[in-house]
Amino acid sequence: MNVPEDLLYTESHEWIRREGDKIRVGITDHAQAELTDVVYVELPKMGATYDARGTIAIVESVKAASDIYAPAKGTVSEINRELESNPALVNTDPYGEGWIYVMLVENPDQLKDLKDAAAYKAMIG
Amino acid sequence: MSEAAPQKTPLYDEHVRLGGKMIPFGGWLMPVQYSGIVEEHQAVRNTVGVFDISHMGELVASGPGASEWLNTMLTNNVAKLDVGTGQYTFLLNDTAGIIDDLIVYRIESEKFLMVVNASRIEDDFSWLQSHLPAVPGEVQLENQSDAYAGLAIQGPRVGELFRALLNEGAELPARNQIRRFDLAGSNVWIARTGYTGEDGVEVFFPAEVAPRVWNEVLEKGKPLGIRPCGLGARDTLRLEMCYPLNGSDLSPEHNPLEAGLGFFVDLTKPDFTGREKLQREKEFGSSKRLVPFRMKGKSPPPRPHYRVFREGVDAGELTSGTLSPSLNYGIGMAYLPTPTPKPGDEIEIEIRGQKFPAVIEKKPLYKKP
Repeated sequence: MNVPEDLLYTESHEWIRREGDKIRVGITDHAQAELTDVVYVELPKMGATYDARGTIAIVESVKAASDIYAPAKGTVSEINRELESNPALVNTDPYGEGWIYVMLVENPDQLKDLKDAAAYKAMIG
Repeated sequence: MSEAAPQKTPLYDEHVRLGGKMIPFGGWLMPVQYSGIVEEHQAVRNTVGVFDISHMGELVASGPGASEWLNTMLTNNVAKLDVGTGQYTFLLNDTAGIIDDLIVYRIESEKFLMVVNASRIEDDFSWLQSHLPAVPGEVQLENQSDAYAGLAIQGPRVGELFRALLNEGAELPARNQIRRFDLAGSNVWIARTGYTGEDGVEVFFPAEVAPRVWNEVLEKGKPLGIRPCGLGARDTLRLEMCYPLNGSDLSPEHNPLEAGLGFFVDLTKPDFTGREKLQREKEFGSSKRLVPFRMKGKSPPPRPHYRVFREGVDAGELTSGTLSPSLNYGIGMAYLPTPTPKPGDEIEIEIRGQKFPAVIEKKPLYKKP
């Protein structure tokens, strides 16, 4: 499984890329492989504020709908509208074109508990 | 449904070895998918796929009174079956509620094989046993479910695979027929039937030879592009055809006429369990009807238990729903009350608090191009 060194990770299999005071978020290669066949992504609402660990998006495969959780409290500043017409990008390029949203984080301290690549690799085994 | 730990089919180790994701289903641990539902679905539509159906039950009724007795227990007409032929039928309770839907084959003139749903084996068997004729020796009923394993081999290239497995001159049984063949060193039953809408067979054989048969099928199917397929693809394939799933679309709360399956109920038979209720319903009409629909625009996939709205009023819930891999839009089925909805009628499906437009369709939802 691909676990890029320069990203942070959650226990619920989201990846986080720090971009100044913002974060870009998607689901990991491991998560997309487990879900398989992403057929629908319900994107966050632009400009809306979400709580840490609150449901912010939903990724649906043929079989099931899976919640995506916000890694920190923040306000959504960008969403990946490409996923509306091409949800399979989550499968084919999970760390690139398959990103889901960008969020302005209220308190970057909340990101301190996220896993680094080594810790996430250890978790997924 | 069994509360105990789920059972394993004789192919459990093969599924795990092939990377199958195992989930509990009807009291069994079954693969929901191996490589992915969409890929497995397309293999069945375009080439060939193989499913483990060892969890399904095999009940055998035999004896001089078997035909006559089964005709009082099942809705379709067993008397119309020649030896080596099967039919789809229902086992009903006294109020015509569906205990199970099954295929009954006449395998000898006085011997019948019933292939029943995994989660219903015990219910079916005890219901049938408690209704056996009083005269001893008329009918023997056996539950052979543990002794049998089974595969469904489905897809347009099934004929080629069949000839590779047997011999070049081998011919498949005709549709709905069942015959014995020697395959992978065992004597097996092969029936030309399935649950996918594609050409295909279901094969039944002794449980102990299951891994050998399974691997032989995968090996001989390799040049044809065969895929092992899980319950996920089985569900999308059957729903595109509007074949009902027991426990979701069919249950004791519904009868075959409401389910739109009156074709498999022979009301000209003088007597069978549930007949009176169905005769009355046939005359006066059903109060609800199982109808297929498709989503009209872009929407999340519809799923079981989502609410259906007709003219703004909550009209019921989905019994089945998925994204159709063949059609690439959402499809499903729901029981809707009278007036009976017609193809073209508009409805709405509520998904996470938002209503999405959908339209009632004719069966089947998917037709082969």
